[in-house]
Amino acid sequence: MTAEATATVLPRAAAAATALRRRAVFSRIPWTLIIFLLMATVPWVGSRYDTFLAAQITIDALFAVSLNLLLGTTGLISFGHVAYFGVGAYVCGILMKTYGVAFYLAFPAAGLGAALFALIAGYFCVRLIKLYFAMLTLAFSQIVWAIAYKWNDVTGGDQGLPEIPYPHLDWMSAIPGCGDLSIGARFYLLTLLLVAVSLAIVHRVVRSPFGRVLTTIRDNPERAAFLGINVRLYQLAAFVVAGGLAGLAGALYGIFSRGVFADYVFWSKSAEIVIMTILGGTGYFWGPPVGAAALVWLNQVITDYTQYWSFVLGAILLALLFGFPGGIVGGLDLLWQRLKRLRNA
Amino acid sequence: MLEVSGISKSFGGFRAVSNVSLTVATRQIAAVIGPNGAGKSTLFNLITGHLRPDSGTVRLDGRDITGAPPYRICRMGIGRSFQRTNIFPQLTVFENLQAAFLVHHRRGRNFWTRADTLYRDDTAALLASVGLTGYERTVAGTLSYGNQKQLELGLALASGPAVLLLDEPTAGMSATETHETIGLLERIAAERALTLLFTEHDMDVVFSIAQKIAVLHQGQIIAEGRPAEVRGDPEVRRVYLGQGLAHAQ
Ligand SMILES: Nc1ncnc2c1ncn2[C@@H]1O[C@H](COP(=O)(O)OP(=O)(O)OP(=O)(O)O)[C@@H](O)[C@H]1O
Ligand SMILES: [Mg+2]
Repeated sequence: MTAEATATVLPRAAAAATALRRRAVFSRIPWTLIIFLLMATVPWVGSRYDTFLAAQITIDALFAVSLNLLLGTTGLISFGHVAYFGVGAYVCGILMKTYGVAFYLAFPAAGLGAALFALIAGYFCVRLIKLYFAMLTLAFSQIVWAIAYKWNDVTGGDQGLPEIPYPHLDWMSAIPGCGDLSIGARFYLLTLLLVAVSLAIVHRVVRSPFGRVLTTIRDNPERAAFLGINVRLYQLAAFVVAGGLAGLAGALYGIFSRGVFADYVFWSKSAEIVIMTILGGTGYFWGPPVGAAALVWLNQVITDYTQYWSFVLGAILLALLFGFPGGIVGGLDLLWQRLKRLRNA
Repeated sequence: MLEVSGISKSFGGFRAVSNVSLTVATRQIAAVIGPNGAGKSTLFNLITGHLRPDSGTVRLDGRDITGAPPYRICRMGIGRSFQRTNIFPQLTVFENLQAAFLVHHRRGRNFWTRADTLYRDDTAALLASVGLTGYERTVAGTLSYGNQKQLELGLALASGPAVLLLDEPTAGMSATETHETIGLLERIAAERALTLLFTEHDMDVVFSIAQKIAVLHQGQIIAEGRPAEVRGDPEVRRVYLGQGLAHAQ
């Protein structure tokens, strides 16, 4: 090899090695931990309103991730996911307000209640395919809405269940720096912790053999059946897990917004969560949380023109369907792949 | 032993499979041939539970499996490949076969272990034996048609079947690929003591490996027997084989 050739080859190899190292470092940064810690600082560095928004994003993130277990992982389209969110919110709210049950019992009970209802509804839904499945989920959510609206004695009917108590969070005063926090801010921190733990568990489950089975069903249910998979049973299992998680999100939401109302379970909320999930990217675990953050933020930006909110949602949906099928995270991923290729070229 | 007796299936008055009986002995390699629309795929779908027969029975080693759902039939030891390739297009090649092993070993109820750490060696070995080493990280949907067929064969083999049904395993493959696949099939059938039933339009393939041939025409079996017998059958010559057969001789 001539000296000249060596001179050009060497720097290139060195550059490639640096790029490789940089990429390895980049992917080894614990992004999720950093974002969790940043979110946890909001009550100190932000306003009360910022904390309110952060709580909304956190709860919606869990709700959207639970939907994506159906949409992105199992390939089931639910138009009625808000039903399980609502059941969770009512179970937790009724237990805490009417019966004075402690949050630490009411919260898991909400998840179990929603999962149980998902088991019943899912039993019928998984017998249908595609659009029919979606329509039946919608029908069940409308039933929940009707019950919430009409069953005055238990749900408070059109008055709802206002003034659900906060859990006892006095113990947080013992944590340095938390002494001065309002009860709302403390509840936000608890919410953040519970959602983080739930997401960590879902993340693990999606990568488990169970999760892999769900992805085969999404990709090709016919073939999945002929690997020996009882497709309906697994679809039902996914439906129950997703319903339970949505119930947990609903329980947090009821307390966070100081009441549970029939409006929470109206079908348009299901549509919103579907849009949120697609906006973030159904093909990625962190897609739905990103979608939640984006949609909550967008709602703030155009809050002065709230009558246009449906219009904005519609426009986003169109843009997604035609321009960005992978959602925000899908778009970023694509960009990242392009940059990598450019650098390697 | 696979025994199909007197099986029939109609689609809205049209008899796609009509009173078909067929026996494949253990470790036998049998072929079902017949012109397009003869009812070959329908017959397979009846055996594997994808369609419910109007009448007749299917038995596996004496056990009645008629009308059982596909996932049960698969667990009872029947594997199959489909005429139109049928894989998991968004998963990688490795994930496709790994998933098949996970299911075969009944790990689907495990919610906690990382799936990608399990059955790696089994998966790698099977990938090698169906000739897909080097494609591990390729997204299955982007494979060439021939490679997808190989992957499908791998999926069918991962569940360790005793009886393997292959619907046109070499359709769309190049001559070389066909040759390799046939070699592979013969090898695997011998290694694993498989009972093999396949359909195929390529008469060279059929006559090179089948020990028994059944000829299906308009939903009915018109001839059945050893390759030499079927080849000489005047009825078969008339309705189907013609020049293709002369070529194969
Ligand atoms: N689900 C169905 N509904 C209605 N008709 C069907 C259905 N499946 C198959 N048929 C008809 O039954 C007949 C047999 O089809 P089949 O697919 O079994 O043929 P085949 O022998 O596999 O043909 P090929 O060699 O083209 O694969 C065809 O006429 C087909 O149109
Ligand atoms: Mg066919």
